[in-house]
Amino acid sequence: MATFKFELVSPERILFSGDVVSVIIPSTEGEMTVLAGHAPLVATLKAGIVFVQTSGDNGKEFFVNGGLVEINAASTTILAEQGRFLEDVNSTVLDQEILTAETKLTGSHDEDEKKRLHDALVQLREFKNVFEQRKAA
Amino acid sequence: MPSLKDLRNRIASVKATQKITKAMQMVAAAKLRRAQAAAEAARPYAERMETVLANLASGVTGSSAPRLIGGTGSDKVHLLVVCTAERGLCGAFNSSIARLARDKANALKAQGKTVKIICVGKKGYDILRRQFEKDIIELIDLRAFKQVGYVNAEGIAQNILARFAAGEFDVATLFFSRFKSVISQIPTAQRIIPAEIPAEAPKTDAVYDYEPDEGEILETLLPRNLTVQVLRAILENAASEQGARMSAMDSATRNAGEMIKKQTQLYNRSRQAMITKELIEIISGAEAL
Repeated sequence: MATFKFELVSPERILFSGDVVSVIIPSTEGEMTVLAGHAPLVATLKAGIVFVQTSGDNGKEFFVNGGLVEINAASTTILAEQGRFLEDVNSTVLDQEILTAETKLTGSHDEDEKKRLHDALVQLREFKNVFEQRKAA
Repeated sequence: MPSLKDLRNRIASVKATQKITKAMQMVAAAKLRRAQAAAEAARPYAERMETVLANLASGVTGSSAPRLIGGTGSDKVHLLVVCTAERGLCGAFNSSIARLARDKANALKAQGKTVKIICVGKKGYDILRRQFEKDIIELIDLRAFKQVGYVNAEGIAQNILARFAAGEFDVATLFFSRFKSVISQIPTAQRIIPAEIPAEAPKTDAVYDYEPDEGEILETLLPRNLTVQVLRAILENAASEQGARMSAMDSATRNAGEMIKKQTQLYNRSRQAMITKELIEIISGAEAL
């Protein structure tokens, strides 16, 4: 199967780097799957799960919150504002994130900024629901 | 001529000092390893961010560019963000950053510009306060945080952005120390607003699709870029500080060692001289009988 280079980078460290078959990315415009030979694209991300398929039926999952993805002929790179291994994510972590987002929203005065923060908060809450459903299933 | 007791005391006190500097050096070495790893781990993100930004920015033209790239159109008021350490005893680390900032501030003032200063870290504040007491608008204290990270950088960046949105300044420059190696840290000034875009032509000739559109991406990307730049500055600074402290404490330990050697020699000599003197006195006393 055709593979391509993929990197998942957070401000603190590189979370994943290597050849992959496909990546599912939660972009703000909707989820998308990237395969080898994808058209060049830059898109922003929302809170969600990045699923990386490394071979046949092996995969890794990561939690990202905000950031952007850059796809070009040579490689695909996610620059996540926050990123961690999905195993490290639980309800407490998410609640903490939501709380931070809420404090930021109340502390902000700029209208555009407010709108952005509000969107981020809604995305986070949505993700928490999805996450809890997943866990229950 | 100091008495034998004086010499003994002096040697003991230098030895105690040497123990402290030695311990500080070892602590700094251990902290350095962690800080260096953090600084190096943060580099890929900043570099990628720069290339994406360069690609994006080459697409937007002069007047339509966001203010974070294009600037406000004037350069009357300058903001200097001076990042230093919270602690001293690290050689010329703090003073060399402060000196760079002071020179810049003086040069700007000579041109008739207004200068505002934000100090990140207490030591820089202590040094700059003597000359620029009135210009310092804020002191950001990171002493409470054991390991500085993205959250701290975000706070500082938000602070700067809020001031920029309120029209408090036109140009912002970040002062920090770039970590080159353990023995070499380079004080650096970096303009962050308007953003310095690497001039290199985008190497990919591929035409990107943007989702959502270019302007919107750029708008979310620019504040984030500021955060990343601040984060890089404080991480590089943390590594530099430990490196500077390590080499400063290393030479302090060595100096103390030399001093102990000299003092011990002096002590032994005067002790022997004393014994010889006493012997001569006894012998000449016995001869006189």
